[in-house]
Amino acid sequence: MGLSLIIILFKGYYLKSNKEIYNDAAKFFMKIFAINFTMGVITGIPMEFQFGTNWAKFSELTGGIIGQTLAMEGTFSFFLESSFLALFIFGEKLMGQKLHFLTGFFVFLGSWASGYLILATNAWMQHPVGYEILENGKFVLTHFSKLFSNPWLLPAFLHNQMASLVTSSFVVASIGAFYLLIKKHEAHGKLFLKTGVIIGLISSLLVAFPTGDLNAKNVAKYQPAAFAAMEGIFETEDAGAEIVLIGQPNMVEKKLDNKIAVPNILSFLTYQEWDKQIIGMDHFDESELPDNIPALYYSYHIMVGLGTIFIGIMGISILFLYRKKLYNFKPLLWTILFLVPFPFIANITGWYVAELGRQPYLVYGLLKTVDGVSLTVSSGNTLFTLLGFVALYMLLGLLFLVLVGKTIYHGPQHQKH
Amino acid sequence: MEIFWFVIIALILTIFFILDGYDFGTGIIHLFFAKKEKDKEVIAKAAGLFWDSNEVWLVAAGGLLFMAFPTLYASAFSGFYLPLIIILWLIIFRAIGLELRGHINHPIWKTIWDKSFGVSSLLLALFFGIALGNIARGVNLGGVENNLSAYEPHYFFLPLWDASFSPSTTHPGVIDWFTIVIGIIAVVTLTIHGANWIVLKTNASINTQLKNVVFNLNITLAVLTIFSVSIWHIVEPHPLANYLEYPIFLIFPTIYFTGLIGLFFVKKFKKEVYAFTCSCLMISGGVTSTLATMFPTLLPSTNNLNPDLTIYNTATSEYGMSVAIPWMIIGIILLIIYFIIQKKLLGGKIDNMDYGH
Repeated sequence: MGLSLIIILFKGYYLKSNKEIYNDAAKFFMKIFAINFTMGVITGIPMEFQFGTNWAKFSELTGGIIGQTLAMEGTFSFFLESSFLALFIFGEKLMGQKLHFLTGFFVFLGSWASGYLILATNAWMQHPVGYEILENGKFVLTHFSKLFSNPWLLPAFLHNQMASLVTSSFVVASIGAFYLLIKKHEAHGKLFLKTGVIIGLISSLLVAFPTGDLNAKNVAKYQPAAFAAMEGIFETEDAGAEIVLIGQPNMVEKKLDNKIAVPNILSFLTYQEWDKQIIGMDHFDESELPDNIPALYYSYHIMVGLGTIFIGIMGISILFLYRKKLYNFKPLLWTILFLVPFPFIANITGWYVAELGRQPYLVYGLLKTVDGVSLTVSSGNTLFTLLGFVALYMLLGLLFLVLVGKTIYHGPQHQKH
Repeated sequence: MEIFWFVIIALILTIFFILDGYDFGTGIIHLFFAKKEKDKEVIAKAAGLFWDSNEVWLVAAGGLLFMAFPTLYASAFSGFYLPLIIILWLIIFRAIGLELRGHINHPIWKTIWDKSFGVSSLLLALFFGIALGNIARGVNLGGVENNLSAYEPHYFFLPLWDASFSPSTTHPGVIDWFTIVIGIIAVVTLTIHGANWIVLKTNASINTQLKNVVFNLNITLAVLTIFSVSIWHIVEPHPLANYLEYPIFLIFPTIYFTGLIGLFFVKKFKKEVYAFTCSCLMISGGVTSTLATMFPTLLPSTNNLNPDLTIYNTATSEYGMSVAIPWMIIGIILLIIYFIIQKKLLGGKIDNMDYGH
């Protein structure tokens, strides 16, 4: 999603300036996008199947609602992306530059619409709205528009999009750094690095504030148990809650070991009041708390910690760029190069926070995860297929790395072979 | 409202079988008939340029089924757990076969992905046929044994096979001799369809040979069709009941037989598109005839205790179904517009088009 935006920025700038290098960049990253997209399609179809195969009861009960947004995703976004991607890759000569930009724009639109509709589905699971529960336990839709005006949706969507933009700008910057370090395709390398760090700084800031901030406030408001668990607040703090920087949840004694915390900050960040009360985990019944508190706590802290590091590195890079020293300062180039896996980790841990935080529910407060599974599918069968998918996805991951690596190695200048 | 959504989903599913059907068929021809590298490449391209926009229709059908008939979606997808996972694997291997063969120019690399593409296509055609056979035959809803349901009345679970391989046992498996017959029919039909597509879209050196293949397979298909019609009463005691009640449904078998008979003239057609049209008619007629025999049932029950799953007892609320109509129409319009653009850009023979890869 992030890359599609960067691609149309390159393409748009090419239309304006008519400099070949921007067109090279757009086409080069579209190749990488295409590999991502193939992997996305083939690992995405199992996701659609999985609702029915593994979560039959959940699908039966809520299909009338989340079926809407998921079917829209399938009909609109998936279609926009897959069809216009082929046109973008294939049709430059046939269509002329302006139409080519337009097809790229539709790929971008499709991928962002896809994110929006998936997030709308997830937002309903996090904070259900516009529904009615029938006598037989089924959820039916009463207000279609509420699915999209869900207060959970917009912050979550923007946070997710900004996070994907962070990831892609790191990818773009690190490919640039790589070219500068190996002294190949240096003109392109400089362009990639510059674009990557500029967009990287903007998106790293936006991912924290306001989008991350708004999300955290939503969690505090609608899922206070999840909020207490992810922040590591075991006991309710009446006179303002501290923010935990480091510490390990000790689930036996119900406290944090080796804690380093700053007093009152959490209350201020959440409510803009220094001494506002924050409810701790002691306030909730065991059955209402997320089942894996340490995993949730660590995921959240890894995400926030990495996010802070990203802002720092991108900020320093911008400083060097401004003083025209970025392209020759090897320690920073190496740092950017080796940082590339971390935005992916931050994204994954971010989703862990959303999903672990919602536990023990599938639909928050209404339907427990254990009540959503396929009762007729035995655990032996699910384990068998899970092991299969683990192996298959490892193979796909390996192929993905080989192909992206090969594309990067070939470089942006070798468009035709 | 239920009927409206049933028709829409059936239509989308039929379009999917026509479009992705030629992809599968192309893979089968690729596996058995393409010997020269030039042919292999161009035949892979005849599928590779189109597969992902064709698979959009499967995703759309799945999504709409989920939205309009959630109970059916939940029941069928969990009950057919194992075959669906197999289909997923095949879809994945077919897709990576198509997408990856061009990335590294080495015979071993290409052979691996060509086989991956061909074998998965063959098995996908077989399994989609088997799936259709399962839906026609029905399943033991509720897992009834000795007149007691093991699950809720609308759930079931099918093993891949039952030792007897008989469609009329208490707990039939996914694969029995009836569903295998339907699976083979699907393979033959889609092979014909794929061959017609290759002849239409490429100048492969095997095109003349393929016309003979189509002719011979068509004879096989005619025999198989008569055989399957004659055994249909085993799975559905009154196969003609719906046709007697709604004579308009007879249009579906008519479409099928028009395509089937038309293909006997494959060697005499002046335009290649005629043959392809015939196989399109055949597929759409075959799928719709099967659905018409069952209507309004979506998944029959093989026991007397639990009722069939129909469009009426699996649908979501009236409001949900009506609110989805406007956006669905916009979606369909978009799909059609795209289809026209694609036809314009990728119309004609594709041999010499440069696909950027």
